[in-house]
Amino acid sequence: MADKLIYAMYDDDDVLKESAKHLVSKGVKVHEVFSPFPIHGIDPIIGVEHTRLGIFAFIYGLIGLTLATVGMRYFMVVDWPMNIGGKPNFSYLENMLAFIPISFEFTVLCAAHGMAITYFIANRTLPGMKAQNPDVRTTDDRFVIELRASQNSNYSAKELEAFIKETSFVEIEQKEI
Amino acid sequence: MEFKITNKANKFTLILISIGLIFTLLGIILVWGDSNRTQRILASSLINSFFFFSIGLGALFYLALAYATESGWYALIKRVIEGIAGYIPYGIGFMVLTLFVITINDGSHLYTWMDPEVVAHDEIIKGKSFYLNKLFFWIRTIAYLGVYYIFWRGFRKRSLEEDIKGGTEIHFKNYKKGALFLVFFAVFSSTSSWDWLMSIDVHWFSTLFGWYTFAGIWCSSMVVLVLLTLYLKKQGYLTKVNDSHIHDIGKWIFATSFLWSYLWFSQYMLIWYSNIGEEVAYYMMRIENYKVMYFGMFVVNFVFPMLLFMSREAKRHSGILTIVGLIILAFHWIDVYIMVCAGSMGATAKIGFLEIGMVVLMTGIFIRVILNNLTKAPISPVNHPFLDESIHHEI
Repeated sequence: MADKLIYAMYDDDDVLKESAKHLVSKGVKVHEVFSPFPIHGIDPIIGVEHTRLGIFAFIYGLIGLTLATVGMRYFMVVDWPMNIGGKPNFSYLENMLAFIPISFEFTVLCAAHGMAITYFIANRTLPGMKAQNPDVRTTDDRFVIELRASQNSNYSAKELEAFIKETSFVEIEQKEI
Repeated sequence: MEFKITNKANKFTLILISIGLIFTLLGIILVWGDSNRTQRILASSLINSFFFFSIGLGALFYLALAYATESGWYALIKRVIEGIAGYIPYGIGFMVLTLFVITINDGSHLYTWMDPEVVAHDEIIKGKSFYLNKLFFWIRTIAYLGVYYIFWRGFRKRSLEEDIKGGTEIHFKNYKKGALFLVFFAVFSSTSSWDWLMSIDVHWFSTLFGWYTFAGIWCSSMVVLVLLTLYLKKQGYLTKVNDSHIHDIGKWIFATSFLWSYLWFSQYMLIWYSNIGEEVAYYMMRIENYKVMYFGMFVVNFVFPMLLFMSREAKRHSGILTIVGLIILAFHWIDVYIMVCAGSMGATAKIGFLEIGMVVLMTGIFIRVILNNLTKAPISPVNHPFLDESIHHEI
């Protein structure tokens, strides 16, 4: 799929925010913003959807809880019944209090790890993955807006560049993929 | 903008107070023939005096916490917190009255350690009598209430002063006083709950009890805070308070519910595990006489906030916040009810006209006092140094 990418570089996050506002007001779709740190308030400007990571966290937590319950019931009650402080064994339910801390820990463990790994995959930043940012300087002190010609079919690449030139950009670059 | 009590709210509180009064009187007449009448009346007044006083105290604590941490986001709702904390003088009045009547009746089977006859025949209480005696109890009670009152007056005075003078001098003074209050509160919140509530089960003790009570207090006052904020927003005040503020208070309810459940569970599990006779007695009594209520209260106070307040949208939804908040509040009242009644009356405790009457009566007084407090100052502070940050609060 041939597409034309336009990168506009800025040297300040507030300037980038203003420029993004300017571009969006012209009806341009901003595909992505690269920045060394989170820019507060950029999401609603470029129309990023709210994260669904919380829902995943809940699901991972439930998986952890289920695994812990099933596992402990098998280890401590079914396979080799353990005497828990002289309490009635052969019963998970009557000894449940003793299992709650572990269930809780395992829920947290699964939710936290699941969330972190999901986050890395969603951002394509798992260890070993190729970096997505167009310019190394976006990890230091530069901020880049990425526009895609395919998403802005009302405008030609030249017109898009003209819009960027109305803002106080530092560098501008075009790339074909 | 100044807050004015609407006619509707005015009538509502008056109706609550009158229904409460009628029910209470009716309840007193109905229990007059019973052998445990003084006990029931005093237990009921202790529950409600403590419950509503503690909500005011929770708000004062939260204010001090915000001062000591130099929080910014809460600036817009600071007067709402102050309004709730403004119940403290009234709460102190009710607490002193109840405790005084209990003391002159020799504890009247709530505080059995106040009864010289019981103490004479009880070696365990005798051993504790250097701490649990009438004089030292009152010295401590006056110290707690006095310190709370002095700090409340100082916070309120400086808050109103700030509206006129501005600047940051008052802010830094509040910062110091807030931190100082937290030091006092750290000790007093534990010891006061030992004195007022744990000493009802005089043979039993738990070092966790103070934090457990405190977590309940904190959660209840956060619920009241969100209910009041939503009410004021609906009435057209606090227009600058946005979803993010509501979301933040919702998070506090969520977090404090977890704190409360965690402490409830910690206390329960340790005693269950070690299975020592004199410790287990406390829970045996509750399981025998209050099984459904006691565990039901725990499940509601833990599961409701956990499942219903988990998502971001729920914490911003005024309907969910109101309904769940009211349920949690009612069940935290039941928590205090069991704390007082299980140790003193056991199986003979009942919820009748008297108990319902008193809680309705005190709710009416509580709401009236709070609304009245809100009319006395601008509904949002004018010169708070973090006001601008609070207006632009966004999460």
